Amino acid sequence: MKAATLNKFLSIFLLPVLNILTAFIFTTLLFLVIGIDPWEAAKILVQGAFGYEEGIGYTLYYTTNFIFTGLAVAIAFHAGLFNIGGEGQAYIGGLGVSLIALGLGSFLPPLLLLPLAILAAAAFGAAWAAIPAYLQAYRGSHIVITTIMFNFLAASLMVYLLVNIFSEAGQGMPASRAFPESASLWTWQTFMAKWGVEFAASPLNVSLILALICCAAVWVFLWKTRWGYELRTVGANPEAAIYAGINPKRVIILAMLISGALAGFVSVNELLGVQHRLVLGFNTGYGFAGIAVALMGRNHPLGVMLAALLFGALYQGGAELAFEIPSVTRDVVVVIQGLIILFSGALEFMYRAPLQRWLLSFAREV
Amino acid sequence: MSACALELIGISKRFGLVKANQDISLCVPVGTIHGIIGENGAGKSTLMSIIYGFYQADSGEIRIQGQPVTVHDSKQAIALGIGMVHQHFMLVDEFTALENIMLGAEGGALLHEGEQRVRTRLSELSRLYGLEVPLDIPVNQLAVGVQQRIEILKTLYREARILILDEPTGVLTPQEADDLFKILRTLKADGVTILLITHKLREIMAITDQVSVMRQGQMVAHRATTVTSMPELAELMVGRKVRQSVDRYAQPTGRVLMEVRNLTVRDKQGIARVNQVSLKIAAGEIVGIAGVSGNGQTELLQALAGILPFSEGEISFAGQSITPKQPVNAAQMRKLGIAHVPEDRHRMGLVLPFAAYQSSILGYQRVEKYNHGLTLNDPAIRTEYTGRAEQFDIRPRDPFLGSNNFSGGNQQKIVLAREIGADPQLLLVGQPTRGVDIGAIEFIHQHLMDMRNEGKGVLLVSVELDEIMTLSDRILVMCGGVITGEVSREQANEQILGLLMANALDTNDQQGHSA
Repeated sequence: MKAATLNKFLSIFLLPVLNILTAFIFTTLLFLVIGIDPWEAAKILVQGAFGYEEGIGYTLYYTTNFIFTGLAVAIAFHAGLFNIGGEGQAYIGGLGVSLIALGLGSFLPPLLLLPLAILAAAAFGAAWAAIPAYLQAYRGSHIVITTIMFNFLAASLMVYLLVNIFSEAGQGMPASRAFPESASLWTWQTFMAKWGVEFAASPLNVSLILALICCAAVWVFLWKTRWGYELRTVGANPEAAIYAGINPKRVIILAMLISGALAGFVSVNELLGVQHRLVLGFNTGYGFAGIAVALMGRNHPLGVMLAALLFGALYQGGAELAFEIPSVTRDVVVVIQGLIILFSGALEFMYRAPLQRWLLSFAREV
Repeated sequence: MSACALELIGISKRFGLVKANQDISLCVPVGTIHGIIGENGAGKSTLMSIIYGFYQADSGEIRIQGQPVTVHDSKQAIALGIGMVHQHFMLVDEFTALENIMLGAEGGALLHEGEQRVRTRLSELSRLYGLEVPLDIPVNQLAVGVQQRIEILKTLYREARILILDEPTGVLTPQEADDLFKILRTLKADGVTILLITHKLREIMAITDQVSVMRQGQMVAHRATTVTSMPELAELMVGRKVRQSVDRYAQPTGRVLMEVRNLTVRDKQGIARVNQVSLKIAAGEIVGIAGVSGNGQTELLQALAGILPFSEGEISFAGQSITPKQPVNAAQMRKLGIAHVPEDRHRMGLVLPFAAYQSSILGYQRVEKYNHGLTLNDPAIRTEYTGRAEQFDIRPRDPFLGSNNFSGGNQQKIVLAREIGADPQLLLVGQPTRGVDIGAIEFIHQHLMDMRNEGKGVLLVSVELDEIMTLSDRILVMCGGVITGEVSREQANEQILGLLMANALDTNDQQGHSA
């Protein structure tokens, strides 16, 4: 085997698998320390995530969110930008969805309303990302700082709007009134029923299809179009971009608009698919988890899909675990996620050098 | 006389897959000047880094004055009497020569005492070797040649008896290089052993006693300088016969393609890097721009390519007038018919993580033939790349191989193939053979000459005088951002160019103009 092929095999397949295994080994040790049978826990986790239809539904519902935010981080990353603001962009995307659903819901048929609401999610998410993008491109303010600040701004803004504008009179809840019936996406159950297939009730809805379409679209955009080419050039070598006559400022704006739009789609899954009203904190955690998903998925749509599935399974299986075993709290699940992020993110290349040496010695003997 | 000041026995070092040094043995006799010559990537720098303690050899032995030693870091190397002058000087710009020399050898918490000691010792050394330097001026106000002398003084102050110089003439004018060689001869007379790393054959012939040739990590030959010749050394370096000429046809120059009038480029601090430069490039000629690196050539080239904005002046090309008020970016310049091979292919010419065929459309990604509809036409791009790889002998041929996995020469060929392949009217070329192996140099030169022979215009910026003199029809010399003179091909020699590069040529003609 050639060294280049070996290296590719190493970084695309072997390293991620080894990293996750390491995380699981540490999880096992942790379970042993706090007195949980790791085998039992693993069974509950897998069973909870994939063992029955409703569980699968939940897993894929979480996966949908993670795909959106993972793609958002990935596409910005290819332009050399670290978009930490998925959290806020998803939140503001929800504002767009709600304005359309509540404002036009009573006039428009679903076939018109839903696409409009989805577009609004993208537009509002993109608009929220556009400001940090502008500040980065034309004012040199670092995008990591500004997107983090914009998460706080989004949170404050949404609390204000929910409490003062959206909440119904007499209701103590920071939530809007329910969307009209026409503003809800098919659940997976309904969708499958159209095909004559039964599927248990769960929050899973057709947003999953949108997420998969986004994966394909991001792949085509990044690797098959001239705009994607220019975006990756700016990310890999900004000076070469200027040499090539590409305007990095415009590319930064473009990348962040797409990124923000993708993050905004979280609200499609959450609000149009599940909650059917604007609620406080529907976005919580998905934006940040998206960073880990993108990191694990090597910023490739296919990798993001797989990583999102892993995180979705952990979310759902973890919830089940917390439910079944009293000594496992929600925090333990967060620790497992943390370990995965630690080993496949921060310590991504821990195994690289020794493995390379080992593989090379093997290659020479052949 | 035959005792080795420095002896290497079977030194090997590998980095991952690359065998940077394989079983290198070498004896440098006391009080001689020993040249080490080899192409880029032949392993010279690795070997020197091992001697100086930056790397540890995987196997092998180093002996200094006959004693086996292990060198773990540069501190130890200095203690063993080894001094190194790096290609890029290791000086603190804001410090004076005195402070720089003291750095790391202050000898106490308070500077005052050490300062006196250094001053006394330095005046002795300066007298001894003719190394006069001003001690109390910040080094960034001193000429490059003087900075280099400070580097040498630094090693001598630390009692170096073995001096390693890595590409010492890269930043010097020919006259400054001569001065350096004088100093080296004085040091040699005093018994200092000198190791000179270079890729310039001329220098090896001029100053060394022995020369060792490296190729692909191996020491392939040792020669006494008096019994070898430049062609033999070139052949040893490359591993085959090298043809050192290009086919040039005498031809009348055609119409003027580009005219530049009073171009001024300012940096962020507002300092004019290019100052009121005017020049013309006609069809069918190569105009060379010579000069010591960092005298405005880079900025001039980038301004002409539409990368750097300029603050004053005008560029006329293809009936278009480009002024600071109507600037044109790099993409528009390409559309007008100007192609650009940048000075630094890693920083600008390629996107290293991209596959070779993807780098082969950098700057042309919007050209119609590379797209169909919304998407890039990958098969067409690859087909074209494969053809060019054949024509330019880019090795390996694999279009999917990452741009970073090619050797310097082949990377340069990818860039050159792209820019020449775009069939421009005018080609701007910066340092076309920097870091390129000798075999590829003749190839690249021939392609540039072919462009000229076909009636295209070429602007060649290079710090290699040989290259400028081999290729150019006319030579402009830059110093401090201005053009200090123009010399025709026939008049050009190192002497004149060197004086112009230092802006030290006082011809009557020039005085007549300025009076």
